[in-house]
Amino acid sequence: MSDISPGLETLDYSFTGQRPAGAFAPVLVGVVGSGNLEVLLEPASGTDCTIHIETSARGFGPIWEAVARDFHQRHPLAGLHVSINDMGATPAVVSLRLDQAISELP
Amino acid sequence: MDRMNWNTKAINRADRLARAQHALGSQLVGKLVATAAVRTLLEATLEPGDRVCLEGNNQKQADFLAQALNQVDPQRVHGLHMVQSVLALPEHLDIFENGIASRLDFSFSGPQGARLAKLVSANRIEIGAIHTYLELFARYFVDLTPKVALIAAHAADAEGNLYTGPNTEDTPAIVEATAFSGGIVIAQVNELVDGKTTTLPRIDIPAGWVNFVVQAPRPNFIEPLFTRDPAQISEIQVLMAMMAIKGIYAEYGVQRLNHGIGFDTAAIELLLPTYGESLGLKGKICKHWALNPHPALIPAIEAGWVESVHSFGSELGMEDYIRARSDVFFTGPDGSLRSNRAFCQAAGHYACDLFIGSTLQIDLDGNSSTATLGRIAGFGGAPNMGADARGRRHASPAWLKAGREARAGRTGASGTPRGQKLVVQMVETFREHMQPAFVERLDAWTLQEQAGMELPPIMIYGEDVTHILTEEGIANLLLCRSDAEREQAIRGVAGYTAVGLARDRRMVENLRDRGVIQRPEDLGVDPRQATRNLLAARSMRDLVRASHGLYNPPKRFRNW
Amino acid sequence: MMNIVSYAECSARDRLARIVDPGSFHEWLPPAQRLTSPHLAQLGVPSAFDDGVAIGRAMLAGRTVFVAAQEGEFMGGGVGEVHGAKLVGLLRRALRDKPDAVLLLAESGGVRLHEANAGLIAVSEVMRALLDVRAAGIPVVVLIGGANGCFGGMGIVARCADRIVMSDMGRLAMSGPEVIEASHGVDEFDSRDRALVWRTTGGKHRFLTGDCDVLVEDDVEAFRAAAIASLDASSPITLDLLEAEHTLLAARLQLLPESTEGDDAVALWGRLGVADAASVTHLDVDAVRALRPH
Repeated sequence: MSDISPGLETLDYSFTGQRPAGAFAPVLVGVVGSGNLEVLLEPASGTDCTIHIETSARGFGPIWEAVARDFHQRHPLAGLHVSINDMGATPAVVSLRLDQAISELP
Repeated sequence: MDRMNWNTKAINRADRLARAQHALGSQLVGKLVATAAVRTLLEATLEPGDRVCLEGNNQKQADFLAQALNQVDPQRVHGLHMVQSVLALPEHLDIFENGIASRLDFSFSGPQGARLAKLVSANRIEIGAIHTYLELFARYFVDLTPKVALIAAHAADAEGNLYTGPNTEDTPAIVEATAFSGGIVIAQVNELVDGKTTTLPRIDIPAGWVNFVVQAPRPNFIEPLFTRDPAQISEIQVLMAMMAIKGIYAEYGVQRLNHGIGFDTAAIELLLPTYGESLGLKGKICKHWALNPHPALIPAIEAGWVESVHSFGSELGMEDYIRARSDVFFTGPDGSLRSNRAFCQAAGHYACDLFIGSTLQIDLDGNSSTATLGRIAGFGGAPNMGADARGRRHASPAWLKAGREARAGRTGASGTPRGQKLVVQMVETFREHMQPAFVERLDAWTLQEQAGMELPPIMIYGEDVTHILTEEGIANLLLCRSDAEREQAIRGVAGYTAVGLARDRRMVENLRDRGVIQRPEDLGVDPRQATRNLLAARSMRDLVRASHGLYNPPKRFRNW
Repeated sequence: MMNIVSYAECSARDRLARIVDPGSFHEWLPPAQRLTSPHLAQLGVPSAFDDGVAIGRAMLAGRTVFVAAQEGEFMGGGVGEVHGAKLVGLLRRALRDKPDAVLLLAESGGVRLHEANAGLIAVSEVMRALLDVRAAGIPVVVLIGGANGCFGGMGIVARCADRIVMSDMGRLAMSGPEVIEASHGVDEFDSRDRALVWRTTGGKHRFLTGDCDVLVEDDVEAFRAAAIASLDASSPITLDLLEAEHTLLAARLQLLPESTEGDDAVALWGRLGVADAASVTHLDVDAVRALRPH
């Protein structure tokens, strides 16, 4: 399923948010272990919610996009930057971590 | 068959016994054969083309006899037809490569699945059929009766009475069929008792059914297949276990059940005393089990959830715990477990209201299979446990409710009121290496072509599956009224797999409104509550503590 | 069982948060600063925002401590260039700011081999920095209780500290079990025999032989209490201390003959004066504490 060229795959998504995330101290959940990921939430200027992913599991772009879109549908926040370091977590675990991170916002 | 004589089997048995006596001479004392003479014994008692049951059970193996069988002279003994539950040891396939055996009927070959596939494609082995355990035992009494049974027992006395103890497993079924149809029963044992200073704890197989006993140089091989380290249970598995308990066990009032082995079901067992307790479910679910002695069930037993457990076999390390909990487990007057795979399979089929287990692949009809390319593995007990019991007549609330859901709105024969067994397939949408569990076409179809099988090897048929449970929710197939609904119900819980992404979103929303699909939030399950902290035991040591030190895990599981 | 929070189960950050006084942890070089490994990306390995270690200042029973927690799940807790630099920076700052103690929640396989020489150098710098802090009379206390244990160069680092606290689930050694098996064969050391691995590297063994100072349950509260009790446990390295250590090690070496009947660890404990050595693996922590020879 994934191509053979070396290195991490980088993916970026951007959505127009509705509810401002406001100001907050950065939130970190998760650990970069096998089948796992860490999610960092930071406030951002503007109305977008941007998601930046670096993953060792290459070739799953369409799935990441679907996961990201569904995440934004659940939490249509504005002014939020989401950064992910991933080591092959399944979409179930990714969605869980994203929701866990959001639940730690003030 | 000779229609002039009606006792040819008895004559043939007498001939074999006489040959053995002659060949063994002083190495045979009563029924006891000297360890070094085992090969002579086999060459004397076996004839070419014999149907032989070599006790390869799920857990215990007659490994000494398997090794000995590999040593016989293929000129004298060849063309054997092997009938056995499980191919676990390399020796089980060596006999085919060595020209001693040529045909095979079996149930499960997990560890040897790849090699078996290779031998089949090289025409070194002819497979009669793959069976579920109870089905194979049944055929021992009809058209697959063994002529010679090579079994494993723990101890024998001088007469030849056998103690099979906690790991009795398949032995009674095998021996009954063989001994009462003119066959020969040869047992390897770990210990001999003299009847004076030591006696058998109890008699599991009477001497009259046994022809030869040989002491093995090492205790017979047994594997702890039903131990799952709670440290390996993931949050996703906790989430799915919460949904199983709240969305199915509580919903239907499941008092009698079987769990297919796995971390998913271990999570359910470990959530009963915590999550189950918080929902007030003790006494309302999970009282009676057809189950091997899973260490993961210890906390629930200790918390008073479990009234009875009948087992297919035992589990290494659980012996003392079982002795100390004779109210719960089936134990003899000697205190040790009495397991019986045939009866436990029957119990799981007719006396349980629910089966839940995992699988590798599910298609859009709900057909489920663990068959994968390059391996011929079979399914063990799952097809039996995961099948609706159409002969059942006694009612229970869970069975009636499932039956009503399946038949509501139907007429004619398919609308005749009856109950239905809950058969739940519990699976994460992606397996390791991001392999999807949901596929348009099972590998089983390709395997059928490759191996020349009559039918694709399907573990549980979609018609029998009542619920599919994933991290995305539960699909209740009982409520589906068309192939299209069933397909979308399955796609609706197939997550981000290609199958899931191709869902008809409107249909899936509609199914959700009707309760055919339920998401965690619909069930009142909060995914953020799904942490490992909810498990009643999170490590092997927690299990040992929960058992008050009675559970003694095998070395490979210790980390303290 | 449900009320005890397992130290082994917690992530590094969870442990850290639960051991120090609630809410008192102030992190330096936090994840948002993205001080990540300069080496891993080119190997196709994902980085961690904190390179696998959280460092900072906190209060422990009202006293100021510096603390570092290694995340064993990231790269096995292996020490890379940035990870090591964070530890060294923490230790050097301790020399300047003189906290009451430095706590090191260690869980590591040692050098992060992906970073090769940079990792090796980092670990050696940590050793040197730690010894400087110890010499200045600021106790360095190492807590070991994670599932991955404390191995390799970090094992050596741990033994340079003033005090080591271990749970019985923790492990402390130089070579890992698989390495020993690969080098000396499975008959010499079967790394899948986990009971054996724990007899040779686990907390109970280290406690009975004197290689660790305190043995606790796998319980964050127990680790916290032991850390608090260690706040005044400074033991700077003196010539006397070194010579005593050498004497102890020389004596221990003489205790075991070439080959023993049965298990080596059990034999050693017996010869060290531990009563009923054969039962140690089955005993709980309280019972084992009582058995330590003095």
